[in-house]
Amino acid sequence: MIAETTTDEIAEQYQRFAGRKVAFIFFSTLLLVFVSGISASIGSAGITIKEAYITILHRFFPAYFHTTWLAETCVWDLRLPRITLGILTGFNLGIAGAVMQGILRNPLASPYTLGISAGASFGATLAIIAGFGFIGEYLIIGNAFIFAMLCSFIIIIFASRRDTTPETLILVGIAILYIFSAATIILQYFGEEEAVAAAVFWTVGGLDRASWDQVYMSAAILAICVPLLMIRAWDLNVMLAGDEVAKSLGVNVRRVRIYTLSIMTLMVASTICFTGTIGFVGLVAPHIARIVIGGDNRFLLPASGIVGAELLVGADVLGRNIIPPVVLPVGAITACMGGPLLLYLVKSRRGI
Amino acid sequence: MRLKIKLKIEDIEFKYASTAVLENICLEVAPSEVVSICGPNGAGKTTLLRCINRILKATKGNILLDGREIGNMKMSEIAKRIGYVPQSTSSVFPLTVFDMVLMGRRPHVGWRSGEADMERVVDVLKMMKIEDLAMRDFSGLSGGQQQKVIIARALAQEPEVLLLDEPTSNLDIKHQLEVMEIIKNLSIEKGISVIAAIHDLNLASRYADKIILMKGGKIFCAGKPASVLTPENILSVYGVEAVVKNELERPYVIPVRPRGSKSAKGINSWAEELTIP
Repeated sequence: MIAETTTDEIAEQYQRFAGRKVAFIFFSTLLLVFVSGISASIGSAGITIKEAYITILHRFFPAYFHTTWLAETCVWDLRLPRITLGILTGFNLGIAGAVMQGILRNPLASPYTLGISAGASFGATLAIIAGFGFIGEYLIIGNAFIFAMLCSFIIIIFASRRDTTPETLILVGIAILYIFSAATIILQYFGEEEAVAAAVFWTVGGLDRASWDQVYMSAAILAICVPLLMIRAWDLNVMLAGDEVAKSLGVNVRRVRIYTLSIMTLMVASTICFTGTIGFVGLVAPHIARIVIGGDNRFLLPASGIVGAELLVGADVLGRNIIPPVVLPVGAITACMGGPLLLYLVKSRRGI
Repeated sequence: MRLKIKLKIEDIEFKYASTAVLENICLEVAPSEVVSICGPNGAGKTTLLRCINRILKATKGNILLDGREIGNMKMSEIAKRIGYVPQSTSSVFPLTVFDMVLMGRRPHVGWRSGEADMERVVDVLKMMKIEDLAMRDFSGLSGGQQQKVIIARALAQEPEVLLLDEPTSNLDIKHQLEVMEIIKNLSIEKGISVIAAIHDLNLASRYADKIILMKGGKIFCAGKPASVLTPENILSVYGVEAVVKNELERPYVIPVRPRGSKSAKGINSWAEELTIP
């Protein structure tokens, strides 16, 4: 058989493309480290980026790196919890967005647009205004977590019915978004003025309340959930071609949907219960990653996570610097950035 | 050549909201046999194909693959043995042709795609003569190219039975012939049993060993093209008056006009004098 392109050539092209994907993930990670360094150095203490890195390394290798007490307190105790929670939240939202867009075959799907964030907001508002909740001490966090899970649970119930199409699930998600937004507004209408202010403040997600305990908890959940999602990455790829095709290739579409939705919800709920609602990261991060590396979920999931983390930490850096000393909550920044950024992506590239 | 039966369908029925979409369907397909399912829109062709690979579960009857009931097989096992090419595929997100075809290896391997799978994909791309499209984005291809990619994916699956739902509907005449030639050759060389829903009666006549003519969810008649494609059958099933000639050793159908109506003025002037049984 005479062909212009040989077998090796095609395989090589494919490998090169795979190499480009790995390179993107690698350099994105470097960029994330850099942005985090900037974030750690910003503030009134006058710490440079280099000092910030040294302070972090000092913790792990005290013999080789030396730092001051001031730098250590500032970076390690005050800024790093904020940054790491930002990274974890961004990573969760990015990967969750990629998974949801994949299993629902819809570029508009994200934890925010499908009402999971609205559920968390309602839960928190309920705790703040009505003082009603499930877990005593951690009333707000617990409520946000449980209501976020509840929203996904409703979507999952629909997903587990036979003959449910992705379109149905999108509509269910949007219905949930409206229902819980409405319930939140009604609660706020009847609430005390101060409580309403606190609830609104919570709803606009931010990293101000970050602590190491929260970071540990989120990181543990992330460490368990990401591998569980990754092993389904190829099934997600196959589902991109449609439910029918996926079934004919031996993928149990319904089961994969329920499985990935459950895991993803746990991940998202585990961070937004600390931070509050942060929109657009989950929507935009997968699109950015997809433009560079294409739709193969084996690479797309981690890449979306890293891009999400960059966006969130970057937005936080902006929020702290636009009108200092005022710290704008990161949720407000992402909300402002997200719309124009999405418009730009849509305009500049097809395939969204 | 026809020593054994690959796929046997025994009296299946499929009901959709208590309306029977398929009834009393019986069918036997041997290795290397190409069976074409023809019939008007809504006759149940697609439903039958979907029942065969369990995308839909038949409400009654048996489907036996090498004598084993497919209802007792796992989805992944069915996927290793039955390939399916749907009517149309669209991808919302960018995906290279190579990745699209690589999906066909999903039933055979786990998370990682190995060297052997890559080779298989390249082989199939070459067989379909689309190797130059390998790194292109699937959604940017023409309808005909997309169709070839989807068929390539089913072939990468290395199936024993290949189900095709109107594989040539989006293609120009050259591509139609190319695709049908490839399918026919594969069935002969690799012993694959092919069941294809085909709208074009003449294409079916040319390439099928057997034609199943369906009407209203039932098999109206089945057999060799010459015995199925008769003016009487076409009139009963499609409600179309047709002339059937014998060309290239196969029946060749010329549809003349819908039953009971006159041909539009200016066309078919020769047909006005034609009496059709």
